[in-house]
Amino acid sequence: MINKVVANADDAVRDIPDNAILMLGGFGLSGIPENCISALLKKGIKGLTCISNNAGVDDFGIGLLLKSRQVKKMISSYVGENAEFERQLLSGELEVELIPQGTLAERCRAGGAGIPAFFTPAGYGTEVAEGKEVREFDGKKYLMERWLKADFSFVKAWKGDTSGNLIYRGTARNFNPMMAAAGNITIAEVEELVPLGELDPNHIHTPGIYVQRIFQGKNYEKRIEQKTITI
Amino acid sequence: MLDKIGIAKRIAREVRDGMYINLGIGIPTLVANYIPKRLNVVLQSENGLLGIGPFPTEDQVDPDLINAGKQTITMMPGSSLFSSAESFGMIRGGHVDLTILGAMEVSEEGDIANWKVPGKMVKGMGGAMDLVASAKHIIVAMQHCSKDGASKLLKTCTLPITGLKCVKKIVTDLAVLDVVPGVGFKLLERAPGVSVEDIKKATEGKLIVEGEIPEIKF
Repeated sequence: MINKVVANADDAVRDIPDNAILMLGGFGLSGIPENCISALLKKGIKGLTCISNNAGVDDFGIGLLLKSRQVKKMISSYVGENAEFERQLLSGELEVELIPQGTLAERCRAGGAGIPAFFTPAGYGTEVAEGKEVREFDGKKYLMERWLKADFSFVKAWKGDTSGNLIYRGTARNFNPMMAAAGNITIAEVEELVPLGELDPNHIHTPGIYVQRIFQGKNYEKRIEQKTITI
Repeated sequence: MLDKIGIAKRIAREVRDGMYINLGIGIPTLVANYIPKRLNVVLQSENGLLGIGPFPTEDQVDPDLINAGKQTITMMPGSSLFSSAESFGMIRGGHVDLTILGAMEVSEEGDIANWKVPGKMVKGMGGAMDLVASAKHIIVAMQHCSKDGASKLLKTCTLPITGLKCVKKIVTDLAVLDVVPGVGFKLLERAPGVSVEDIKKATEGKLIVEGEIPEIKF
């Protein structure tokens, strides 16, 4: 098996240039590549296009990269939890493309699966449809949507082995599997890096073929946005 | 008048045994609390879970288990977890029986606007456009009028559209109504203490009133 282990997050992001197109897994703050975001912050590269369902919060997740003005464009479905985001958007510093969540997920999936375009009913008759081809199939109208691909994809998994096989945990899976497949270089950070043979092949969510670099993550904060308790 | 809990309780009566249901953020999330225990239903969370359970106790809190509103949750026995692509595949594929969501405006044709207000910060549509474009049955939970008294049940929506001709039923603080395409809002029930006349005044779109309209009883 091919060994894809790199030493740490800094090593994993060593060759990412300014103006790169990135995909970052996660839904809200769940399943986000915390270590890689910190490494990108430290590296200070600019002009990034970030494809991610959300944009983090002011002081965590992609919010950190927004604050340091490293992001040129966000491609997301929902960006409501971030005041700095709003400020940059209104002042014209930041470009934003909003995409229905299912369409975003499928565009990533299509990118990884070699499907250049597909038709979905989501957004038909709305401003999302502007400039897009509409086709009718069996009496219903659909929009043509294109695949999305990234120069680098960042995914966060629960467990991974040295050849890049990944297992996610709970709802932290979300966008990670599709983004893993849609990245030219995919970097996986894991809570637990294990030797070959330790993961049951029946339980792999992302096969290692999609992952080029993997490292043992550290200091996971796993911040919760809306802690809700049964009393 | 119905308060938010009243709206949630009334919508819960629309739930049938064996349904897979997606609940939106806000009042729709409250519906889960009033689904009769004898019914076996499965709640879908579009971030990748079938089988949403109650909110966790303090020591059950798990950052890897959240709902679409980013609240911490638990899983019911027999739950399944999947990716966002799979999740919206089951939504787009029409496998979810019932979608309950909030709205800012609904038109008499069943168009819905619930994602964007011009002049205000655009937060994004999240999964709303996918849900309304593909759901088999959509019930909307909403206030009948805005705070300044303007009707939100309109001939045509004034706000940016989320989806066309998709809403089937509406439960507001004043009434329960069916949307009958080509006909209008068909009044089914009145909220406690609300007259048909009150509902007529609060509805800008075409309102159909046939026979005696019963008051909702809990």
